[in-house]
Amino acid sequence: MRTLIKNGTVYQKGQFTQKDLLIENEHILDIADKINIPAEQVIDASLKYVFPGFIDLHSHLRDPGQTYKEDIVSGTRAAAKGGFTTVCAMPNTEPVTDNIAAVEYIHRRAKDLGFCKVKVIGALTKKQEGLEIAEMASMKKGGIVAVSDDGKCVQNARLMMNCMKYAVNYQLPIIIHAEDYNLAGKGQIHSGKVATALGLSGIPPIAEEVIISRDIMLAESTKAKIHIAHLSSAKSVEMIKDAKTRGLQVTCEVTPHHLVLNEEACISFDTNTKMKPPLRSEKDRQTLVEALRNGTIDCIATDHAPHQDFEKEREFDYAPFGVIGFETAFAVLYSELVLPGVLSLERLIEALTVSPARVLGLPSPELEKGACADLCLADLDQKTPIYSDTLLSKSKNSPWINLELQGKITCTFCNGRVTWQG
Amino acid sequence: MSSTPQFLGRNVFDLDDYSADEIMYILEAAKGMKEINLREYKKIPTLRGKTVCTLFVENSTRTRLSFELAASRLSADVVSFQASVSALQKGESLQDTVYTLNAMGIDLYVIRHSSPGAPQLVHKHSGKPVMNGGDGRHAHPTQALLDIFSIWEKLGALNGLKITIVGDILNSRVVRSNLIGMKKLGAEVTVCGPRTLMPGYMEDVYGCKVEYDLETALKDADVVMGLRMQLERQTEGLFPSLEEYTKHYVLSKETLKFAKKDALIMHPGPMNRGIEILPEIADSQQSIIVEQVANGVAVRMALMFLVLGGKI
Ligand SMILES: [Zn+2]
Repeated sequence: MRTLIKNGTVYQKGQFTQKDLLIENEHILDIADKINIPAEQVIDASLKYVFPGFIDLHSHLRDPGQTYKEDIVSGTRAAAKGGFTTVCAMPNTEPVTDNIAAVEYIHRRAKDLGFCKVKVIGALTKKQEGLEIAEMASMKKGGIVAVSDDGKCVQNARLMMNCMKYAVNYQLPIIIHAEDYNLAGKGQIHSGKVATALGLSGIPPIAEEVIISRDIMLAESTKAKIHIAHLSSAKSVEMIKDAKTRGLQVTCEVTPHHLVLNEEACISFDTNTKMKPPLRSEKDRQTLVEALRNGTIDCIATDHAPHQDFEKEREFDYAPFGVIGFETAFAVLYSELVLPGVLSLERLIEALTVSPARVLGLPSPELEKGACADLCLADLDQKTPIYSDTLLSKSKNSPWINLELQGKITCTFCNGRVTWQG
Repeated sequence: MSSTPQFLGRNVFDLDDYSADEIMYILEAAKGMKEINLREYKKIPTLRGKTVCTLFVENSTRTRLSFELAASRLSADVVSFQASVSALQKGESLQDTVYTLNAMGIDLYVIRHSSPGAPQLVHKHSGKPVMNGGDGRHAHPTQALLDIFSIWEKLGALNGLKITIVGDILNSRVVRSNLIGMKKLGAEVTVCGPRTLMPGYMEDVYGCKVEYDLETALKDADVVMGLRMQLERQTEGLFPSLEEYTKHYVLSKETLKFAKKDALIMHPGPMNRGIEILPEIADSQQSIIVEQVANGVAVRMALMFLVLGGKI
């Protein structure tokens, strides 16, 4: 089976050029100015962009255990719709993905039924309880790409140090959800003006910052490779910049919601603006955008965290934290950052593809001859509608629900197979 | 006043939805209601056939009674739903509770809840006007209106008055609503309390003054309001002891020397005598604490009357 994509604006090595691209089975057979080889399927992409398939380092597929929120099938379908060809599944499933059998279950399900590649992140501590080191060595044999207690945070510094030492031995990066429980307290949103006005308990930025500071120091001492998840504050950016300058193996990610929304979004008590870490001040947001531009922040990750309406549709204090992100990530960032000229399309695509691959040491997702055919097509003149009945995720907890965003992923190929078309 | 404000069907989530003119209109209406409350026969038929539901997910007998009395004096039927937060978390959700109540034909909800934003949720699922009887630390608009009414009744226009509120500002919904209302009417408000019980950005959010020293805060005050200080803040690590709090923040003859001579003394209740306020002040000539309670019924009657479009 051959598919010829004609005249697309193709992203290659950080640049866009008009090219033809020929897919044969799972691979890119050729990519050139003009390809005149007969193909079963020809796609006229003269008004479209061709990007490498997006890679998401941070997602919650909820499978096993909470499949009423999402499962591997619905989650990867939603991901494919958003242009993703690889997603990393966080281990806070039920039971926790903290052993090789659990890792193999996800790999097998994804391989049999998935609409994109699923990489597994193993738990850092058993049951993510923050008490004992998880079986990282066995899980590494099972193919995990990193370890993390995401959703939770190891509070005990001594245990964290030992986790790092242990992980170094298996070249496993540690992904850190930075949250000091005592400082975060019963906080619901950023401890800023909006929290004061709404009378909601605040989560101060320092709840994130003290852990980042601690873990940078621990990583320096143990030589561990750490990746800070979902950065939210300006001070966090500063600390990571400093750590990078000192040559430490520290990387970080930012979510689309932290890049385009701030605490003001919570004013209406919309529980789809409730997540951890919380949406922070406008100054924090601007710092995050600048850090993404200049590379201090390595990449974008969605932190796709599905919750059902009945869970979200309740008192703000009792609604769970988290929002979905697969189907909105590209369109949100294109509409809110690229269109207004704040972020280049080149950097956006890099931060969704090459950069996350580099963070986890995955093969670089270049569009080149012989490469795996993981790619997506985008029409920037079309809109992505975000409605309950258009979202493929089982859950609809998006802050952009009922909006139409500019820019649309029209087609996704994973391993040369069409996984989304619309 | 240019035109008669429209209140029919409106929610009373907080005072930020109401203009200074509208607040004044409510106060005038409350004055009329207060007269009714002084009659021997304290009932008017204006809301006959309407049903008011008091939905209290946080305990407060005082506030609930005040609302229920207000409703019955206007001849509305009252149904009362009380639940603990834990029951509502385990069993039926607030949403389901509202669906159930709505099916019984409720015209107005009064909700008290420990979680900010709960009144908005009740309105969303009922489609009926909702009166906020206190939602967590967020807002308590009827309390603020009765406080403002009480000041207005004694001192006239609030414009230019110096009002000082002392105590646990962090946990007080009364302060937040009062700040909005009092600032709208042109008062200068100072809030005062220990730094650990002071929310951030108060000046930016409310345009008030923040003081940590009681004497400075009370200087030249026309009105002084004390707030309930709860022992649980001590175990939360927010201050060392009630004794130490009292030493520095109690309203007493001694400390009130710094305020204006006949400054009004207020307290939203329930009071902890001897902790945030001494009896010598709470029971003094200057104190209008008991009248505040009476005014509460009048203000709530006025609001229900206006929101449900009552006719005389
Ligand atoms: Zn997280």
